[in-house]
Amino acid sequence: MEGKIAIRKIVVPGEEIDEKGKPGNGVFVENGKLYSAYLGIVDIRAGYVNVIPLSGCYIPKKGDKVIGKIIDLAPMNWVVDINAPYYAPLHVNDVPWRVDFGDTGRYLSIGDVILAKVSNVNELGQVWITMKEQGLRKLEGGHVIKISPFKVPRVIGKGGSMIQMLKDYTGCRIYVGQNGVIWISGPPEGIITVIKAIRMIENEAHTYGLTDRVKEFLEENRGENDGNEE
Amino acid sequence: MGMKSDIKLIDDNGLRIDGRLPNQLRPIKMEVGILKRADGSAFVEWGGNKIMAAVYGPHEAYPKHMQEADKAIVRARYSMAPFSVDERKRPGPDRRAIELSKVISEALESVIFVEKYPRTSIDVYIEVLQADAGTRVAGITAASLALADAGIPMKDMIVGCAAGKVDDVVVLDLNKEEDNFGQADVPMAIMPRTKEIALLQMDGDMTYEELTTAMEMAMDAAQKIHEMQVEALKRKYVKEVDKNE
Repeated sequence: MEGKIAIRKIVVPGEEIDEKGKPGNGVFVENGKLYSAYLGIVDIRAGYVNVIPLSGCYIPKKGDKVIGKIIDLAPMNWVVDINAPYYAPLHVNDVPWRVDFGDTGRYLSIGDVILAKVSNVNELGQVWITMKEQGLRKLEGGHVIKISPFKVPRVIGKGGSMIQMLKDYTGCRIYVGQNGVIWISGPPEGIITVIKAIRMIENEAHTYGLTDRVKEFLEENRGENDGNEE
Repeated sequence: MGMKSDIKLIDDNGLRIDGRLPNQLRPIKMEVGILKRADGSAFVEWGGNKIMAAVYGPHEAYPKHMQEADKAIVRARYSMAPFSVDERKRPGPDRRAIELSKVISEALESVIFVEKYPRTSIDVYIEVLQADAGTRVAGITAASLALADAGIPMKDMIVGCAAGKVDDVVVLDLNKEEDNFGQADVPMAIMPRTKEIALLQMDGDMTYEELTTAMEMAMDAAQKIHEMQVEALKRKYVKEVDKNE
């Protein structure tokens, strides 16, 4: 690749942000000045100054679609790891099947991957998830990888452009959870290419002109290992 | 400290045994994100000290009775490798390591926005691979880098720095010989932006005036170390881009 890649401005915790605006996410005010709370990049949107962290854990928000892994069974619920600081219980009333008491293992067992929605979060950090909605289901087969949840918007791209490009070039089915878990299914060569491309997006999330570079990468990789009909 | 010897720690020109001026730091190198599996990590070389710090979390705190309903708990573990000192150190926590773990935990907790993650714990592991006086302050400096790398919200970075008294002269950043044969050692942890003090210990004795001078010296040095921290954190992301070219 030619020349240097432009990098967005990086701030460290406690660094003063020299911008005018209302304090948004990842920013705190002291003596009327804005300071960053995270190691991240400054982002100004609609009059708010935000700092988007470059790393960190997922904090569940109501309404987020997440990909979780079943880690435990109980008579009336499953325990799901949604890549957050807290595990989330999935109650039998929140699944699209009628489950008898103690029969949870017949529908979802340990290690299964599901697409779910965060139905509620309280101030103690307790999380509840649901599968009772159109499109939410168990994800069979496929491959799961994790990225930083703050880089999810970059993997999806503006209006889904990045993710659509990945799907088009590799012929894979891809689901991206807001919690940074990505499920990929398709031909093995395609999966390998998608993972490489996502790792590239992850490493360069704080640079400009990323879509073009990913496109270039996908073009290069299409010829070598042809895992699709195109 | 306290050991009597006839070694001259400060020569006639006012230089110390390693040739430094009284207010000069040892050479410091920092690197961030060295461990792949940890959520955040850092490595600091501070004179002869080699210290690695790794951060896990925030994750649900276990055992459950340690959870705090309204905030995260910070658990730092300071440990010295058996090969870190001249004579083999028995592995495992001893009185000194337990004390340092506690004071480091409290110093780090003072900068972290703990109320953002109720019921969780943030685990910090500080491993001293090679010790050469001032490991706790170097450990705090490394831990602060690792926390920032792990994406944990903090109101400021935290910098460790020591000062002390050697041959009746107040000096900055004591080395092994000065620590063993000097008169006092004052390790401090400082928030460079607000100039608040998160940790202050003293071994040996000093007058009030000497202590004030030592604290001022450490405060100035903290600004320099903080600049290195910022540079180290930013370098990680610039490097990540170059690597892919």
